[in-house]
Amino acid sequence: MESILNIFIRSIFIDNMVFAFFFGMCSYIAVSKSVKTAMGLGVAVTFVMLITVPVNYLLNEYVLSAGSLAWLGEKYADVDLNFLSFIIFIAVIASITQLVEMIVERFSPSLYNQLGIFLPLIAVNCAIMGGSLFMQEREYANVGEASVFALGSGVGWWLAIVMMAAIREKIEYSAVPKPLQGVGITFIITGLMGIAFMTFLGIQL
Amino acid sequence: MFSLKIWKVLTSPMGENNPITVQILGICSALAVTAKLKPAIVMALSVMIVTAFSNLIISVMRNSIPSRVRIIVQLVVIAALVIVVDQILKAYVYDVSKQLSVFVGLIITNCILMGRLEAFAMANKPWPSFVDGIGNGIGYGVILVILGVFREIFGAGTLLGYRIIPDAWYIKNGGFYENNGLVLLPPMALLCVGIIIWVVNARKKKA
Repeated sequence: MESILNIFIRSIFIDNMVFAFFFGMCSYIAVSKSVKTAMGLGVAVTFVMLITVPVNYLLNEYVLSAGSLAWLGEKYADVDLNFLSFIIFIAVIASITQLVEMIVERFSPSLYNQLGIFLPLIAVNCAIMGGSLFMQEREYANVGEASVFALGSGVGWWLAIVMMAAIREKIEYSAVPKPLQGVGITFIITGLMGIAFMTFLGIQL
Repeated sequence: MFSLKIWKVLTSPMGENNPITVQILGICSALAVTAKLKPAIVMALSVMIVTAFSNLIISVMRNSIPSRVRIIVQLVVIAALVIVVDQILKAYVYDVSKQLSVFVGLIITNCILMGRLEAFAMANKPWPSFVDGIGNGIGYGVILVILGVFREIFGAGTLLGYRIIPDAWYIKNGGFYENNGLVLLPPMALLCVGIIIWVVNARKKKA
């Protein structure tokens, strides 16, 4: 239980997707102009991450990593399909985003109207792919830990983009030097927020 | 083969149409791998190769891809190329490939690739598309190298592992100098890119 909580807090604050690894920067910069759209994208990213990371975890555990095909029989025991993991992960992510889009459209049109335009964008969001790759690299013990990590990372990304959008809405009214306006100041603010988030370093639960 | 138009396609991403400072694409990896110069150079080369060849392949196939499934087709082509690059890196420069860790895999979701495929390769002939890929790769690489040089010199006092700032200058050897550890940390990369964008925009306004 303790370690689950630890993974959750760690992935939100210390290993924050945006401030520590710069994942999903492109959409983070492009979509953080208003809090409302930032909320929509944040929910969508968390949602897709929470589905794709456990699926990729199971694939990694039972198909891709060295010796994991042993359940098929003796002669498959030393097959190592690890080199295929990039292509499998991205295929899973792309198809799940497509699937989620169709399901949401069918069963909850109001949610679809909020998330709709963001879902296709998510397939190529580095945060989602990064979540799966980190899950593979950090070797979580079971699918529960991997899901908690996914949830935490998604929430961390959501938090970051909503905070950024709130700051950008206010900064419209301040006197930023002309060449720095827009993207330039966004980077510098993100850097300062990153320094602030570094104060969470070393927290252990 | 090398007409004026091709030359324009090659050079425009290096200056007025730079993928990082102007189009704001592919930021994730640009920030994460530049704490040292060597991984930055390896990353820039890998991205250049993948961009060029994925542009070439998609451009050859552009008329036979149904537009409904084009994203998946593009992703599969990119992922296959990235796997090749990843295997080569693991075979020949294992230490750098360990440092780059997940960021080699993240070339797949690098927005430069999808951006160029959608904006250029789907509408142009193979040869200009290939050159466009090379050009964007170089434009991306230039920023990575600038960041890498700056961060390695001020953060560690070395360049490509060779010592630039003499040992005798350091406080622990009786000198006056200390490395700026902040430069190696992630937030400083963001500040550096912000400043580069500032400089680029300020110069553009004057011209």
